[in-house]
Amino acid sequence: MEQTPTLISALETRFPEAVTPDQRKGYSGYLVHPENLLEVATFIRDELGYDYLSSLTGVDYLPEGKMEVVYHAYQSTGGGALVFKTQTPRQNPEVPSLVSVYPGAELQEREAWDLLGIRFRGHPDLRRILLWEGFAGHPLRKDWREPFYEDEGKPFKSRWPEGRAYRIEDKNPFGNNVDYPAGFDPETWLPEGEAALYGALAQAVYPDGSLKTDTIIVNLGPQHPSTHGVFRMAARLDGETIVDLKPAIGYLHRNHEKIGERNTFLGNMPFTDRLDYLSSMSNNFGYALAVEKLMGIRPPERAEYLRVIMAELTRISNHLMAIGALLNDLGAYFTPMLYALEERELILDIFEAVTGSRMMCNYFRFGGVARDLPEGILPKIRQLVYDRLPRKMDDLDVYITQSEIVRHRCEGVGVLTAEQAIALSMAGPVLRASGVPYDVRRADPYSIYDRFDFDVAVRYHGDIYDRYLIRMDEIRQSCRIIQQAVDTIPEGRIQEGKPQYQVRVPPGEAYGRVEGPKGELGFYVVSNGKPNPWRYHVRAPSFINLTGLAPMSIGNKIADVVAILGSIDIVLGETDR
Amino acid sequence: MYGFGVIKGLGVAFKHLIETYLDDIRLWGRRYRTPEGIEYRRSTETRGVFTVQYPEEKLPVPEEFRFIPFLLYELDENGNRVERCTSCGICSKVCPPQCIWIVRSTDPKTGKPIPAPAEFYIDVDVCMNCGLCAEYCPFDAIKMDHDYELAVYDRQKSNLFNKEKLLKPVSYYATIRPVNYANETAARAAAEAARAAKKANE
Repeated sequence: MEQTPTLISALETRFPEAVTPDQRKGYSGYLVHPENLLEVATFIRDELGYDYLSSLTGVDYLPEGKMEVVYHAYQSTGGGALVFKTQTPRQNPEVPSLVSVYPGAELQEREAWDLLGIRFRGHPDLRRILLWEGFAGHPLRKDWREPFYEDEGKPFKSRWPEGRAYRIEDKNPFGNNVDYPAGFDPETWLPEGEAALYGALAQAVYPDGSLKTDTIIVNLGPQHPSTHGVFRMAARLDGETIVDLKPAIGYLHRNHEKIGERNTFLGNMPFTDRLDYLSSMSNNFGYALAVEKLMGIRPPERAEYLRVIMAELTRISNHLMAIGALLNDLGAYFTPMLYALEERELILDIFEAVTGSRMMCNYFRFGGVARDLPEGILPKIRQLVYDRLPRKMDDLDVYITQSEIVRHRCEGVGVLTAEQAIALSMAGPVLRASGVPYDVRRADPYSIYDRFDFDVAVRYHGDIYDRYLIRMDEIRQSCRIIQQAVDTIPEGRIQEGKPQYQVRVPPGEAYGRVEGPKGELGFYVVSNGKPNPWRYHVRAPSFINLTGLAPMSIGNKIADVVAILGSIDIVLGETDR
Repeated sequence: MYGFGVIKGLGVAFKHLIETYLDDIRLWGRRYRTPEGIEYRRSTETRGVFTVQYPEEKLPVPEEFRFIPFLLYELDENGNRVERCTSCGICSKVCPPQCIWIVRSTDPKTGKPIPAPAEFYIDVDVCMNCGLCAEYCPFDAIKMDHDYELAVYDRQKSNLFNKEKLLKPVSYYATIRPVNYANETAARAAAEAARAAKKANE
């Protein structure tokens, strides 16, 4: 992360006491004293122009007895990150909340409280978010152990050389595999969390003289066909109009980050597939970038091209799915969905032939990719991006884009302004549909994206219709990128050095981010030189994009919420992690 | 406005419907339940109906397709099974969900370890089909299978695969992955030749 010297002097001259550069080896950015955090963050946002808080997470430095909160801020006009951190003792960790400066921190601070137990003073609604009230402890703390704990890190000795085979379920029979907090009985427990969830909803405001009516609370989900998975919204309604809305998530939570910290660096690669299972190649990409940054290696030319081709194919297949699902949500029952799935199917066939799996690709390795293209695949990709996909996108345009029903349902609904979108840390198509031409591939180029000629798709209304159109635009732009890539892909090696199953990762921190199909996908990895990462955090775009769900929905009708959610395009595997 | 967009959109759907029948006539009798028809329906030229009717029709899997590892054995002159595995444990160490258990065998007389597995278990309920074991095995002893129809009535009893269940002949591997098999055989022959040449030089 490059910081300009003027910036350093500006921050340090302004806050000589509170801000110190992070001197630890392999680390970058600034350490900010918690007392001055709000002040410094406001300065960073208003005077230095870092108005986009991309990622917020905590790290438990158990040996030092400290908790650290790490912030990655960017300028919405592009460029590298400004990383700042604040430290607090492990006992009763508490730092000021940044929601007042960066509203996009809301869900991320709740996540850090839930998983690490860091309190954020002044947070408007600091409740658990991914776990439930009957969960004992904060699982990402380094001294927290899961009920099926075996060792601090893989590989486990019991597998080899000991080889005592057993089934996991026999060791942890149902009923025994859960810890409850002291004094907690699940049989007699009444979900007080519900009251807190409903209590957090804002009340309706009636101007003087208007008719005061009763509001009602409606739950959508967790089992609801419109929510694309196990997702729940609690909404307060005045008539049919939404007064306030809160998402309730975590039903698919599996503590991906704790699993990641137990895994070896390479062993974590297939787990990233399972985050956003519709675009596993992008997930691989982000994780590989972060670890490669730590290791200080770059893949050979051909591997870079293969990565770009695969990542863009993933984007196309993901957007086709998003468009199909959005139309389903609007009530266009399954025909558009299946038309979109046809093209996605052809892309998945390519993935299957190249990687061995349709969705769980596990294709990227540190310093390269797993295998080269088999015979006959490049011509197939070429046919797809030169002929079939452009033709089919035109068909889809005629079919959906001009349909009056779609336009009536989507135009002017769920509007998010550019200022709101930046402040709420929205990412990807949602951000660009609001008129912010921010695309990591252009704003902070990674891999070889700076070589390709493509336009950053941007639309200006910020409504559902624009979010749909922008996905159509991006499919066409991705086709353009792949066209250039398949024409210029060089021959050569696909892996830097020898393939290794135990990689040596020097101590330090790295933040690798890619423009995933759903938005900026970031991986924050801290290594202490051991075979397992010390901290592994995922900046999940579909999780953070949910921050914007309430502002988009308030004032709209309850039926529109379904379409608004569809236009954000969430995948619960990534939201809940 | 005035619904022209909807009508045009219906036209696209109607075209899709008509194309199905046009292709049915064009490929009379060859479109369904023939390998050629399945190949056509997954090609970039396809139009109209797309569905492959599993289980009557099955999509052929590509060579790289991976599903549940298996162990390879070769047959020696007397028809005895010779396992390729040396129980080095790399697959077990690289396995992300840690579903491979290996018991090393020891010589019954001397008690010293010998390079062969006494037992080899894979919990296929836990296996995530990532293929890292096959990728990093230095002896080409563990490979990913193509058989994806694994439904059983009692997973508690039947899904912890032991060595007997995992072992498959090299000839089977050669049929499911001919290109990989040819490459690996060539690489091994080259390594053998290099070793022989080195020996001859000494």
